[in-house]
Amino acid sequence: MKQFLVFVRKEFYHIFRDVRTVMILLLMPVVQIILFGFALSSEVNNVKIAIFDPSKDHATQLITERISASKYFKVVKMISDPDDVESLFKSGKANIVLLYSEKFHENLIHTGHAQIQLITDGTEPNTANAVTRYATNIIMASQKELLQSQVPSVTRPAITSEIIIIPEVKLLYNPQMKSSYNFVPGVMGLILMLICAMMTSISIVREKEVGTMEVLLVSPMRPIYIIISKAVPYFVLSFVNLTTILLLAVFVLGVPISGSLFWLIFISLIFILVALSIGLLISTLVDTQVAAMLISGMVFMMPTMVLSGMIYPVENMPWILRLISNFIPAKWYIIAVKKLMIQGLSIDSAFLELGVLFTMAMVFILISLKMFKKRLA
Amino acid sequence: MMNEVEQDRQQVIKVEHLTKRFGHFTAVDNISFEVYKGEIFGFLGANGAGKTTAMKMLCGLSKPTSGKGSVAGYNIEKESESVKANIGYMSQKFSLYEDLKVWENFRLFGGIYGVNDKEIGPRTDEMLAQLGFEKEKNSLVSSLPLGWKQKLAFSVAIFHEPKIVFLDEPTGGVDPVTRRQFWELIYKASDRGITVFVTTHYMDEAEYCNRVSIMVDGRIDALDSPRNLKSIYNAANMNEVFIHLAGGSNRKAD
Repeated sequence: MKQFLVFVRKEFYHIFRDVRTVMILLLMPVVQIILFGFALSSEVNNVKIAIFDPSKDHATQLITERISASKYFKVVKMISDPDDVESLFKSGKANIVLLYSEKFHENLIHTGHAQIQLITDGTEPNTANAVTRYATNIIMASQKELLQSQVPSVTRPAITSEIIIIPEVKLLYNPQMKSSYNFVPGVMGLILMLICAMMTSISIVREKEVGTMEVLLVSPMRPIYIIISKAVPYFVLSFVNLTTILLLAVFVLGVPISGSLFWLIFISLIFILVALSIGLLISTLVDTQVAAMLISGMVFMMPTMVLSGMIYPVENMPWILRLISNFIPAKWYIIAVKKLMIQGLSIDSAFLELGVLFTMAMVFILISLKMFKKRLA
Repeated sequence: MMNEVEQDRQQVIKVEHLTKRFGHFTAVDNISFEVYKGEIFGFLGANGAGKTTAMKMLCGLSKPTSGKGSVAGYNIEKESESVKANIGYMSQKFSLYEDLKVWENFRLFGGIYGVNDKEIGPRTDEMLAQLGFEKEKNSLVSSLPLGWKQKLAFSVAIFHEPKIVFLDEPTGGVDPVTRRQFWELIYKASDRGITVFVTTHYMDEAEYCNRVSIMVDGRIDALDSPRNLKSIYNAANMNEVFIHLAGGSNRKAD
């Protein structure tokens, strides 16, 4: 036990005497959460919309009204000629143009087919996506209203198929469509992964590189304790980071913790354990700090960013990527955090994620201990 | 005559038919030898001759394929934990923490080897006084010159009063004056009864040892005092002895 304490203290000396490490550990989470929370925001306000309405009937008026009432849109022009669209975009007067088909309401009622076209500027895909999503949501809501009030139930299915809408569950819990609701769980996953996996592997590999690991292995300190005491400081610091992120999320980004704080922290600790064990695994595979950094960076960070659902929705990916994404720990963590933090669901709903993360932690720890022992034989 | 005298002395390392194979490669080939208490035992051999592998087995880091050995009275295979608690080790790579202060290194390794908390402080001061490093107690190790670091590393390796200290090329890259001072430290430790097991590439250092073994291709081809070795091989110095023996190696150096 005394061995363990002197060793952990030494580990803290290493961390706090290296300015770069301190910066990475304590400042990076703050910088990242602010970057992702604000700069990378996919939120768009005051979208300039132009509308072409040849029908001018009850249905189109309802939709137009809803759009202009929304705080996201500002109707800048009612155009009379669809050929004007291009010049509108070129002059930058509109970000999006909505075109109704002719005899919109009549078609809707009699044939069940009515068309709306949304044209956006694809040179800015993120904005275009966001804007289309807002508009689609409004149209969908109006459509529901129209259906309920006027259309007999028989024709209902036909109409919905005409306007292509992918309803997003997120919307339910994020009525203002604030992107920080999406990013905060993602950043939590990313930062914890980065700090635990990368920093742990680097700190262990550094001892190998410098030669002190040999001295430790010859000492009566058991390898398992060496490993645990190397991981403990990063576990503690990750917890500090978790607290920082949550405070920033709540007080700066305004993302509430709707669910149980206890379970949110609990599952975060399990995830930190997974990340630490990945760091241990990396450290048993490589002999230089550079290699450790590259592996944790390329093999673990990139997939975490791309496949965890943090930036791109996993559901829209080809099956092979969806399959691979199941092996990304952060994916499960992010899903769980969304459930526990944003949606405010109880822990029952996150049992699957909890189980997967727990299994991953156990598997990684077992493999890395085996690898570590193998190296010694 | 010589044998009778040796048997009276305490054996601290005893190795019998020790062999280590990696696949088809036999790194250490059936070596047997004894080292006695307080002795300075030189473990020589060209690069790739199997010195490091043999030393790892003695330190409990690696299991022998066959044969047996005991270090400080403990079986190297079955009681490696006890072996580790009774030895000190200093590697060819620099083995202190550069970003810790001098006293923090003593504190750390003292703690790891279970030295009593109350003793660590006074013993650190004592050792630093011996080295004349009192002023550097609070310096970061990284700020010290290489020769100083090496001497410190040796002091840390014998801080817990081990029965045996293993030195793996301890004087690599150090100037002759510092090497000389380093060997004075080794003699002092040996006088206190600490057995010194040392590998080196410097043949003048081999002359300082009480006995020397020379490994060639995993075998120990010669083991005796430097004086006897020189007369057996009719050589003027250890360098000639070494070249005579190691020159017959079939292995490429790594």
